[in-house]
Amino acid sequence: MTTATATSHNELSKALGYIGVWIKKIPPVYFFLILVFLAGGILDQVLADGQIFKNPLIMQNIVVRSVALGIVAVGQSLVIIGASIDLSVAYTISITAVMSSYIMQGDPAKVPTAIIAVFIIGAAIGIVNGVAITKLKVNPFIATLGTSLIIKGIINATFSNYTGSVPKSFEYFGYGTIGPIPVSIIILFLTVTVGWVLLARTKFGAHLYGVGGNAEVARLSGVRTDRVLIGAHIICSMTAVLAGLFLVSQMRSGAPWVGPNGVYDLNSIATTVIGGTALSGGKGGVWSTLGGVLIFGVLETLFNQLGVNPYLKTVFQGAIIVMAVASYTIRSKKEAA
Amino acid sequence: MTTTTVSPTNQFSKALGKIWTWIKRVPPVYPVFLVIFITLGIINPTKYQSITGIMAFLRTASPLAVLAIGEMLVLASGGFDLSIGSIVTLVVLVSSKLLANDPANAYPAILIMLGIGVIIGLLNGLIVSYLKVPSFITTLGMMLLVKGSALYYVGGAPQGYLTDNWRAFGRNYFENVPVLGRVPYALIILIVLSIITYIVFNRTNYGKQILMIGDNVRASQLSGVKVRLVRIITFVICAVFAIIGGVMTGGYGGVNVTIGEGYEMQAIAAGVVGGVILGGGKGSVPNAIFGAFTLQAIVNLLNLLGLPKPYTDAVQGLIIIGAVAYVGLTSQRKK
Repeated sequence: MTTATATSHNELSKALGYIGVWIKKIPPVYFFLILVFLAGGILDQVLADGQIFKNPLIMQNIVVRSVALGIVAVGQSLVIIGASIDLSVAYTISITAVMSSYIMQGDPAKVPTAIIAVFIIGAAIGIVNGVAITKLKVNPFIATLGTSLIIKGIINATFSNYTGSVPKSFEYFGYGTIGPIPVSIIILFLTVTVGWVLLARTKFGAHLYGVGGNAEVARLSGVRTDRVLIGAHIICSMTAVLAGLFLVSQMRSGAPWVGPNGVYDLNSIATTVIGGTALSGGKGGVWSTLGGVLIFGVLETLFNQLGVNPYLKTVFQGAIIVMAVASYTIRSKKEAA
Repeated sequence: MTTTTVSPTNQFSKALGKIWTWIKRVPPVYPVFLVIFITLGIINPTKYQSITGIMAFLRTASPLAVLAIGEMLVLASGGFDLSIGSIVTLVVLVSSKLLANDPANAYPAILIMLGIGVIIGLLNGLIVSYLKVPSFITTLGMMLLVKGSALYYVGGAPQGYLTDNWRAFGRNYFENVPVLGRVPYALIILIVLSIITYIVFNRTNYGKQILMIGDNVRASQLSGVKVRLVRIITFVICAVFAIIGGVMTGGYGGVNVTIGEGYEMQAIAAGVVGGVILGGGKGSVPNAIFGAFTLQAIVNLLNLLGLPKPYTDAVQGLIIIGAVAYVGLTSQRKK
C-alpha cells in the first residue's frame, strides 16, 4: 500500500519534472509575448471594441503581419550569432520586390525566371557583404551600411515608382491558404524550422556559434571562419529575398520604398535581440527571435485597434524595444556597452 | 676617404628613414582627405582653390564634424549612439514651433534644446549603465522615441520657419577677417568644441578612462574606474553635441522633417574613417573631424561630377567601404 502510493507519487513528481524541463526549454521571450498579448487584450477590452480576445481571426492576422519581418529576422539571427550584423536587408528586400515584379510583368511563365534572378542577386549581395567583412576586414556594421547605400543608389537610379506586376498565380504566396492556414504562415514556420535545423543540427551551425563566440579560438581549432561567416551572410540575404518575394506578392507590384519603409534592417536586429540573441554573438536561436517578431505583431495589431496616433506609435515602439531587452539584461552582472 | 663619403650618405638615408617613419605614422585619413580635396580643386579650381571656397566647404562640413566628435567618444568607450540623427530632426522641428516666428525666442529655444539634449543623453547613459541594455538597442529605441515625439509635437509637419538669428550659427560668416576674408560661425563653433574635447579626451583622467572602458571594462572596474559615470557623461556629451550639430544643420538646411535622417550612420562612418575601432579602445578628435571632412568632400566631389543623387548614394557606399578597408588594412599591417 505505502509502496504503491510512493511510486505513484514518484511518477507524478517525475512527470512534473519533465514538464519543468520542457518549460525551461521555452525561450523566456514567449512568456513576455503572452504578457504583452494579455495586457494588450485587456487594454483593447477597456478602450476599444475588444476584438483581440473575441475574434480568433485576429490571432491569425498577428502572425500574417509578422511574416515578412519574421523571415528576415531568421537570417539576421544567423549573422548576429556569428557576431556580425546585416544593415543591407531592407534594400535587399526592395531590390527583390522591384526586380521580381519587373521581370514577371504579370506573366505566369516568367515567375521561375524572376525567382531565380532575385535569388542570384541576393546571393551576390551576401557574398559581397561576407567578403568585405572577412577578407577586407571591414567592420560588419560599416560594410553592410555601405552595400545598403550601393543597393539604394542602384534602385533609386533605375526605379522611382511601382514597377511591373505579379501574375495572379503568384499572389498565392501572399494570399493563398492551405485548408484554414495561410500559405505565408506555413512559409514563415518552414523558414524558422530550416534556420533552427541549420543552427542546431548541422556542422555549419556549430561552427557559426564557435565563430561568434570566439573567432580566434574557432580558427585555431580548424574552423574555416571566413567561409562560415560568408555562408551566414549569403543565407541572411536569401531570407531578405524571400521576404521581398512575399511582400511583392501581397502588394501585386514592386515599389522601391517597401524595404526602408518597413525599417526591416533595424527591426530585424531589434526583434533578434528582444528574442535573447546577444549582439556580441555566439549565443541565441531562431525560435526565440520568432517570439520577438510576434511581440511586434501583437503591438502593431493593438495600436491599430486603439487607433493610436502614428507618431506616438513610433514613441511606444522605441520605449517597448528598450523595456523588452531591459527585462532580462537587468539581472546581468556584466556591464553593457 | 671612403669613410667620409659613406657617412654623409648614411646620415642622409638616416634622415630619410626618420621622415619615412614619421610619414608612416600619419593616420591614413589625412592622405585620403588630401587626395579627394585636391581632386576637387583640380575639377573646380575657382571654388576649391580659393579661401572663400574652402570656407564655404568648412561651413557645410562643420555640423557633421561636431556630430562625429560626440559619436567618436561613445564609439571609443565601446558603445554606439544611433539616436543623434533623430536629435538633429528634433532640434529643427521643435525649434520651428518654439520660435513661433519671433526672433526674440531664438536663444531661449536653443537653451531649451540643450536641456533636452542633456536629458536624452542621461537617459541613454542610465539605461545602458543600470538596465544593462546594449547601447545599440538603447539608442535605437531612443532614436524612435525622439523622432516620434518630435513629429507628434509638431503634428507631422514643420510649424513656421526658423528665424534668421537662430539660423546664424549654421549660415552666417564673420566678415572682413584679415587674411581669411570670411569665416563661418560654424567653423568657430567646431574649433572651440574640438579644442575643448581634445583637452578633455587627451589630457584628463576622464578621457583616458573612456579609452580604458572601451578596451576592457572589467579591468577598468577593478582598477577603480567609475564605469557607469564615465559612460553616462559620454552619452550626455554626445547628445549635447548632436543638439549643437542640429542647430548648425538647421541653420543652412532649413526646416525639413527628414533633415536628420542618416546622420547617425554618417557620424559613425566618419569616426571609423578616422580610425576608430567599433567595439572601443581607440579614437582621436582630429582624426574624427577629418573623417567627417572626408565624407563631406566625397559628397561634394560626386555632386561636382554631376552624378544624380541616387548614384551619389551608391558611390558613397563604395567609397566608405573602400576607405574603411584601406584604413583597416594599413593599421593592421603596422601591428
